[in-house]
Amino acid sequence: MPRLKTRFNALSHLFLPLSVLVILILINLIKGADYFKITVVNGAFYGNIPNILFGASELVILSIGMTFVTAASRGQDISIGESGAISSAIFVQYVLRAGNVTLGTILVGFLISCLAGIIIGAFNGTLVSFFNVQPMVATLILFLGGRSIAFIIDGKVSPILANEISNRIGTVIPGIPIQTPIILTAVFIALVAVVLRTTNLRLYVEAVGINPSAARLNGINPKKIIFLTFLLMGVCAAVAGFIAVNKAGRHDSVNLLKFIMMDAILAVALGGNSLGGGKFSITGSIIGAYTIEMLNRTLLRLEVNPEAIKVFKAVFIIVLMVLASPVVRDFAAQALEKVKSIAAGRAPGHRGALSMTDAPGKKGE
Amino acid sequence: MQPEVILKMEGICKSFPGVRALHNVDFTLRKGEIHALMGENGAGKSTLIKILTGVYQKDAGQIFLEGRPVHFRSPQDAQNMGIGTVFQEIALCPNLTVAENIFIGRGRERFVHWKTMNAKAEEMLSSLGIPASPTQELGSCSIAVQQMIAIARAVDMDCKILILDEPTSSLDEDEVQKLFALMRELKARGVGIIFITHFIDQVYEISDRITVLRNGELIGEYETTALPQIELISKMMGKALSDVSAMKKHEPRKADDSVPVLEAKALSSAAGVRPFDFSIHKGEVNGFAGLLGSGRSESVRAIFAADKVTGGEVRINGRKVKIKSPLHAMKQGIGYLPEDRKGDGIIDELSVRDNIILALQVLKGFFRPLSRKQAEEFAEQFIERLDIKAPSTNTPIKSLSGGNQQKVILARWLLTHPEYLILDEPTRGIDVGTKVEIQKLVLQLAEAGMSLTFISSEIDEMLRVCSRLIVMKDREIVGELSGTDLTEQDVMQMIAQGGR
Repeated sequence: MPRLKTRFNALSHLFLPLSVLVILILINLIKGADYFKITVVNGAFYGNIPNILFGASELVILSIGMTFVTAASRGQDISIGESGAISSAIFVQYVLRAGNVTLGTILVGFLISCLAGIIIGAFNGTLVSFFNVQPMVATLILFLGGRSIAFIIDGKVSPILANEISNRIGTVIPGIPIQTPIILTAVFIALVAVVLRTTNLRLYVEAVGINPSAARLNGINPKKIIFLTFLLMGVCAAVAGFIAVNKAGRHDSVNLLKFIMMDAILAVALGGNSLGGGKFSITGSIIGAYTIEMLNRTLLRLEVNPEAIKVFKAVFIIVLMVLASPVVRDFAAQALEKVKSIAAGRAPGHRGALSMTDAPGKKGE
Repeated sequence: MQPEVILKMEGICKSFPGVRALHNVDFTLRKGEIHALMGENGAGKSTLIKILTGVYQKDAGQIFLEGRPVHFRSPQDAQNMGIGTVFQEIALCPNLTVAENIFIGRGRERFVHWKTMNAKAEEMLSSLGIPASPTQELGSCSIAVQQMIAIARAVDMDCKILILDEPTSSLDEDEVQKLFALMRELKARGVGIIFITHFIDQVYEISDRITVLRNGELIGEYETTALPQIELISKMMGKALSDVSAMKKHEPRKADDSVPVLEAKALSSAAGVRPFDFSIHKGEVNGFAGLLGSGRSESVRAIFAADKVTGGEVRINGRKVKIKSPLHAMKQGIGYLPEDRKGDGIIDELSVRDNIILALQVLKGFFRPLSRKQAEEFAEQFIERLDIKAPSTNTPIKSLSGGNQQKVILARWLLTHPEYLILDEPTRGIDVGTKVEIQKLVLQLAEAGMSLTFISSEIDEMLRVCSRLIVMKDREIVGELSGTDLTEQDVMQMIAQGGR
């Protein structure tokens, strides 16, 4: 019984993202019953669901990093799109200069871009943890300057990744029915799960996010932990940039992962995480990220005027956030309590109405 | 003739999911009296106060204010009807000025008249004898002055009833007397004061009547003069007092020539304590005595490297070590329960389990997490051993009472099996029962060979637990006391005479 209760509590954390997901699915099913239909084209699955999984890959990975940064530093990294653009520019340059592209080239390029991501993370992390700059202000620097750096790395053009391996990473590997970015995302999520399981990352990050002073007196160095979350964010940005550039087939320093930090922050919030740091749920953020992608695609499917899509999205999010706010939750809980007590109060009357023999006796009392 | 009753609460009941916080509690307050509300943590004092101030809604019962039934829907409601409250944690804005803090959110006018406001504040501060300037930033005042400003704020609302929840817990004796003068002044003006405190001496010094609660039930209402202290304590604890009074004083271990567990020479820290020498032997309990701000906390923080160590030499079991950080200190077998439980001790949103295993987990290292099962076992073990009242190991620590939170922090350090454990004010803001439990535990641990430093504002408590007192004044050690027949008087005298 207590076990069941803790399970329930864990689920109540995910109530918001899950209920939104269900609502979106219902809307889509009303629009057309074939929503879940999956077709096989050239040996790979296509359809609404695979499209969402495919489209949300970068966002999911970035939301994971954002969750860590938010939890520990109590702030957000707004330079993730730019940091992804820079690290992927470096990846592209390495691959283009290698001449003959083999899987090894791609792998080395990927690792170099991860290193670039880590360096960017270290830059942001140093500002936030050692110089106590607010995360948004610290990351504003790269948010403003990052794309110029990427543009310069690109050599002021948008280089094209015309090789078969990149194409396969961005779309599908022949013989494997699931699109590659979906697989990469799944592998990434699994890796994060392993890290959370084999280290104290969660305990340390949560302790630092909730009470840095107490964390310090228990031997945790809050500065180091905040720094570490920015390094993780850097890796996430590099992986997301890698997937994005392989999907696109060319490096567009201006538009690659543009404004994705907004969706990443939203995914974290939607996942039931406090943007003020502390306890976090990676599962929530992941579901949040997929939900946002589904929302985008639902609005497209409903043929909302493309110019109006952002307005619809905004309205949807406002409604959602109000519904999920503690005020409404408390109100709903109270209302539920009342309904229950009324139902309980009426219960004997009901029985009386059902059983005829009882009724006269009651009148007599 | 009975004095005029200003507040009457009848048959108050309040339940929270799974807990019956108050059951059929009555409470009356007369005009111009100081009424102490007593009870251990979890007795229902806070709940009763929160119902009276409109923070919680009662499930049943009635409240009469000056004979008329009233119903408070919100704290604002209660305030408007003349109930002022000052809570333990000061709920003011440190970055605003003193005058702003007194008047903020109060004016009916749309605009602030700075001059009038400052003049009015000045007048109020001087009439109440509060040493602060209206234009000073609140954060620059001492905690005691901030506390008094909070009272000034509450009083200004023409209040008929003033509730003081643990107002003295961060004040030193002198400041307490100033606060009491303020309370007597208000009493003379006809304000009914509800006074909540853990300091029993203070209750006897200032209160007229006492109401005792236990486990959410009313135990009784007494004239202070008619209730001996020992009876009050036994009523609060709900057991005969033999337990408390019979607690034998710790037999001081004779200072042996063995190598001290920890020895410090000319240790100093960035927090501004004068270089001091210190040593502790195996199985010894010593303590830093002194007034608030005398440097007792800063001294132990220097030992644990909680503040940056700026000089001196530390030897542990004769081996010279340089302790650079709390983690380093922990690795040397030192544990530290900080003075500020809320700010430095608990990780409030984390579960009881995570709070218990935290220090051990950190010692084990980042890459060696305890398994869920192990963590659960450790938590269960200490919940039982220290009798921590928590619904489950998963409960966030913030929902426990202060005493139980403190036990969790104790459990956290005991789990690391420290050789030397520093307890800075482990009993502050804690009910009498838990206090005695903690004192006993300290003695048991020492018996088992642990060395402990015990700091408390209550000297009698230190006398009971420590075999050696290091007396501090103005951030300097002024002397040492040991022996079985020490009295509070001795300590006071040393503080008074020592130094300078």
